[in-house]
Amino acid sequence: MIEITHLSKKFEQFTAVDDLSFKVAEGEVLGFLGPNGAGKSTTMKIITGFLAPTSGSVTVDGHNLATDALAAKALMGYLPEGAPSYGDMTTLDFLRFVGEVRGYRGDELVQRVGRVLSEVELTKVAMQKIETLSKGFKRRVGLAQAIMHDPKVLILDEPTDGLDPNQKQHVRELIKNLARDKIVIISTHILEEVSAVCTRAVIITQGRLVADGTPAELEASSKYHQAVSLRLAQPTDVSVHLDSLADVAGIEIDAEDVLNMRILARPGKSIYGQVASLAQEQNWPVAEMTVARGQLEDVFKQVTAGGVRRG
Amino acid sequence: MGNLSVIFKRELASYFATPLAYIFIVIFLITNGIFTFELGGFYLRGQADLLPFFSFHPWLYLFMVPAIAMTLWADERKTGTIELLLTLPVRLKDAVLGKFLAAWALMGIALALTFPIWITVNYLGDPDNGVIFAAYLGSWFMAGGFLAIGSCMSAATKNSVIAFILTVSLCFVFVIMGSPILLEAFPAWVPQVVVDAFAAMGFLTHYDSIAKGVLDLRDMLFFAVFIGAWLVASAIVIEIKKAN
Repeated sequence: MIEITHLSKKFEQFTAVDDLSFKVAEGEVLGFLGPNGAGKSTTMKIITGFLAPTSGSVTVDGHNLATDALAAKALMGYLPEGAPSYGDMTTLDFLRFVGEVRGYRGDELVQRVGRVLSEVELTKVAMQKIETLSKGFKRRVGLAQAIMHDPKVLILDEPTDGLDPNQKQHVRELIKNLARDKIVIISTHILEEVSAVCTRAVIITQGRLVADGTPAELEASSKYHQAVSLRLAQPTDVSVHLDSLADVAGIEIDAEDVLNMRILARPGKSIYGQVASLAQEQNWPVAEMTVARGQLEDVFKQVTAGGVRRG
Repeated sequence: MGNLSVIFKRELASYFATPLAYIFIVIFLITNGIFTFELGGFYLRGQADLLPFFSFHPWLYLFMVPAIAMTLWADERKTGTIELLLTLPVRLKDAVLGKFLAAWALMGIALALTFPIWITVNYLGDPDNGVIFAAYLGSWFMAGGFLAIGSCMSAATKNSVIAFILTVSLCFVFVIMGSPILLEAFPAWVPQVVVDAFAAMGFLTHYDSIAKGVLDLRDMLFFAVFIGAWLVASAIVIEIKKAN
């Protein structure tokens, strides 16, 4: 269990994290979302004990980062943004170094390193210097050092950034397989990734928490959730009839093509059936009609847009 | 102790993983030779000691040590590995000390490889080997002093060239602090206590007597405390600067 309580971090004039509180329990894969500069990386740096907060506290499995940092750090695996590693070392030497720092010696060290090398598919490049590796391999080296001690808590700052689609897929599957009894926190601005791997998503902007829920819940909070996309074969005035439906919240007509429109539902309502029977009754020239799920992207825009940074 | 030695090993190995350590050692040996034989008049003096060898060390270290020290922390910050290192279960003091000791060990190796000159002087005459050993030890401790300054300067910046320049400048100040020319330049109204305190901080004050073979425990203690103080300062600077 990670508990983040009233966490704030100020850099001189600038508040990076502003009174942030949330908890993450075992088995959760938390997607940590927010626009660039929202305070995601800063929060992760505080959770992993790299930075000290200005106020508030972080505890990992009961170990407070301020007073019991080594015990907390031993429980965590961390992939910092950009996956930094010592370029002049070989993959093998680097992983051995991290393993030794984590307290493994002798046979156990050899086993741990060997297992993680095959798990992340680094065996081929084990003897290569890290600085000669491609971006995808470097990212995997970073991931390998983070998971080699089978940590209870895994914190990944943009783990798939800069990877090609196949590599992204690979890393996501790796994370899913690891996740079962762990706490995983992933920061990303790739929203499809959240739907793909996360059981919960938190959106922060300007250092404050603005949304928290399962990806499905967040999608449901989109104003486009349950909206009906309608495409007509020829121009027809449909709005008069639609307005009469109690569950319709509004109609958005495509500015470039008046035949295309989106009919928005009131929160929690499903309008597809009503719209469909209305269309039949009125004999609308319907070319296409589909129901839309809310997109995380829309929610992201809704909750992060238009904010003014407070100083 | 566990992680201190792990970090020490990694750092020392990383010097030898690149040509850096080899180039450093070769240049160190060549310059030492030039200083001792050409400028120091090793043969002309006709004395069986290594005074010309040791008396150039402060000036040699002035440029050689900052070159080793400059990357200690600046590179960690530049490449972001500092974030990796300090989020591993490692105490900051182990990291600071481990890195310092690795660089200091490299200096020790370079210094030890000057042994042919020790053999030479024994072949040519009958020197006091105790004096020479003491001078080696003193020289190594002084190198540690330079290195500790360098560690702190390197922690203060992401740019290792800036770290180099800062370290050279600061080391230069500490070298000349004890030199007679500087001490005589003090106007008469400055109390003697201040002048003495100033001189006592100078490297030459402590090193000259060691180089001549007077191994005073107080001189060694000076360098030990000096190293300790700058390493504590390094840790503080890292804490302050790591955020940006």
